[in-house]
Amino acid sequence: MSVIEGDRLHTVSGEELSKARIAAGRVVLWGSALVLLIMVLVQALHSARQIPFGFENWRPVLYAYFFWAFALCVSRVLIYGEQGKKALFVLPAVLFVVSMVVFPLVFGLYISFTDWNLSSLTGRKFNGLDNVRQMWTDPFYWNALRNMVVYVFAILAEYAVAFGLAMLLNAQIVARKFWRVIFLLPLMLSPVAISWMIGKSMMEVRFGPLARLARWLGWENPSFFGSPEIAKLTIMLMDAWNFIPFMMIMILAGLQALPKEVLEAAKVDGASAWQSFWRVTFPLMLPVSVTAIMIRIIFKLKLADIIINVTAGGPGGATDSVTSFIFREYRDRSNVGYGTLLAMFYLVLIVIFMTALLKISDRIVRRATGTG
Amino acid sequence: MADLELTTDDFDRQRRIRWIVSRIVIYGLLITWAAICIFPIFWTVTTSFKIAPDVMKGNLIPYLDFMPKDRGWESLGLSPDTIFRTSTVREEFMKRFMNSVVISMSASFLAVVLGALAAYGLSRFSYRFGFMRNSDISFFFLSQLILPPVVLALPVLVLYKEMALLDSRIGMIAIYTLMVLPIVIWIMRDQFMAIPVELEEAALVDGLSVWGAFLRIIVPLALPGMVAAFILSLVLTWNEYFFAALLTSTDAKTLPVMIASQTGSQGINWWSMAALSTAGIAPLVLVGIFLERHIIKGMTAGAVK
Repeated sequence: MSVIEGDRLHTVSGEELSKARIAAGRVVLWGSALVLLIMVLVQALHSARQIPFGFENWRPVLYAYFFWAFALCVSRVLIYGEQGKKALFVLPAVLFVVSMVVFPLVFGLYISFTDWNLSSLTGRKFNGLDNVRQMWTDPFYWNALRNMVVYVFAILAEYAVAFGLAMLLNAQIVARKFWRVIFLLPLMLSPVAISWMIGKSMMEVRFGPLARLARWLGWENPSFFGSPEIAKLTIMLMDAWNFIPFMMIMILAGLQALPKEVLEAAKVDGASAWQSFWRVTFPLMLPVSVTAIMIRIIFKLKLADIIINVTAGGPGGATDSVTSFIFREYRDRSNVGYGTLLAMFYLVLIVIFMTALLKISDRIVRRATGTG
Repeated sequence: MADLELTTDDFDRQRRIRWIVSRIVIYGLLITWAAICIFPIFWTVTTSFKIAPDVMKGNLIPYLDFMPKDRGWESLGLSPDTIFRTSTVREEFMKRFMNSVVISMSASFLAVVLGALAAYGLSRFSYRFGFMRNSDISFFFLSQLILPPVVLALPVLVLYKEMALLDSRIGMIAIYTLMVLPIVIWIMRDQFMAIPVELEEAALVDGLSVWGAFLRIIVPLALPGMVAAFILSLVLTWNEYFFAALLTSTDAKTLPVMIASQTGSQGINWWSMAALSTAGIAPLVLVGIFLERHIIKGMTAGAVK
């Protein structure tokens, strides 16, 4: 990585790097790379049972990677001097993310085309497109994907509630901070705790307070996870309870940043509260709303904890999200190869979906704010 | 004249009534939603002090409906009369609790260090890394946000197994750091962009190096943003369940995994489960109450311009 012209922060350095220093930098860089390469080779051959010596596991290779990463940083300074020191800001994070994401992703791409069951003794074997074919005819996976669509659409309702709450908090009320803290609390709780607190105890058919309330309201036999529709709705409500504060806080920040003059002007012009909301507040809030909804969608696509702990996907897969489905695929069947393929396919869908969504929302915001 | 006075009077009264009605509606809604937010927490905390008949009768309010007993806390080994005695359950709980503390704290700290450095570099210098320019590198970091954990989980599981990192605190710290890094970079980039470059330029003229200017001038100024990023990361990592459920089994098991495994087993008493849940959520409820300012600051960074 090198630094090119056009820094926001200009630095002037008249230093002259000696030839020996640059050469030393090259030696450090290539030497450490060589060490890493040798370690990888030895261990790969050892685990393929080609050579008798080697390490017990891949941990030493990890250390070699650390050593190489450190040497890379040192060599930047040695070779490029002051300019190299600037690269040190970004380099650690880049190396970390590359090793933790790019490498597992590539590895994952490979194992998703293998038949690999961790509990079987045969180990992995390449099976081409068999996993894809299995996925194509797996009704439970497609069902989980359809559920995700429903779950994502529920965000619109969450958004409406969050907007309402933000308006409430932005109204002239006493002890605003007190209300804000209370409204924020659900966000602090872990989905696992919520699973027990609400899903398993408050909704317990005999003694749970919510079941009692439902009976009092005239629901004869309240079962929150009995039928597929109600179970799905219950999961949505629990997740909404958990995450509404998040959107609410973002929208509240947007509301507080609105220019006061515009709202005053609308009032002077005789607009009713209803009109001034739809004609002034809502359009001005569009950019913040879009950001809040986008981030919420990203979090929603990871939805799993509550489902795993409350319904385990039931009844009959009605509440399954993709993540919880793959989780059980691994937990119950140790099917790493197939599970990884499902996850990879999900990633592809998400990338396509999010890119399209970004484009569309960008256009909506531009049209509404008149900058397009 | 009299007519006019009457109408203004009328108008005034109407406005008064409308104002009162709006107050009632606003506070009514506020109280309703506050009850929705508080009740599950109230229920869990009070249930941890109940015994079987109280649960079955549906008693709600302590001292009025039922007398609090600390059976739930006794089973955790955390009640007043068991706290000084040895208790295997408490040891188990404390182990999980400490795992959660160590893992979430270290991961958040590491993410703030790595993320702040990267965000600073990206906000001040122009990089070229192959075909990647600054905006590409930023996008590379932020795009990690949409990566669902399930995509990484299985490959990482296999790799961790090969590297003997499975069920270790280090492994969990690494994966959690990765999880919150994009959020930290998002927040810190916003912070550094708001700090004028002239400050560092002056420091450079005074003879500080780039790193010296960063550490002595910028870090103190950006500290509030770092605290916000740290606390937000803490919330996310403390509550994380998915990776922990897959990557830990005995040694490095975190609190959510312990709670989840207890939920699954049949016949566990409500009061012990409630006590366990209360203990699990208490730290973050306190964080939410006392550090609310920082959490809001972290969440709204970059969203509102």
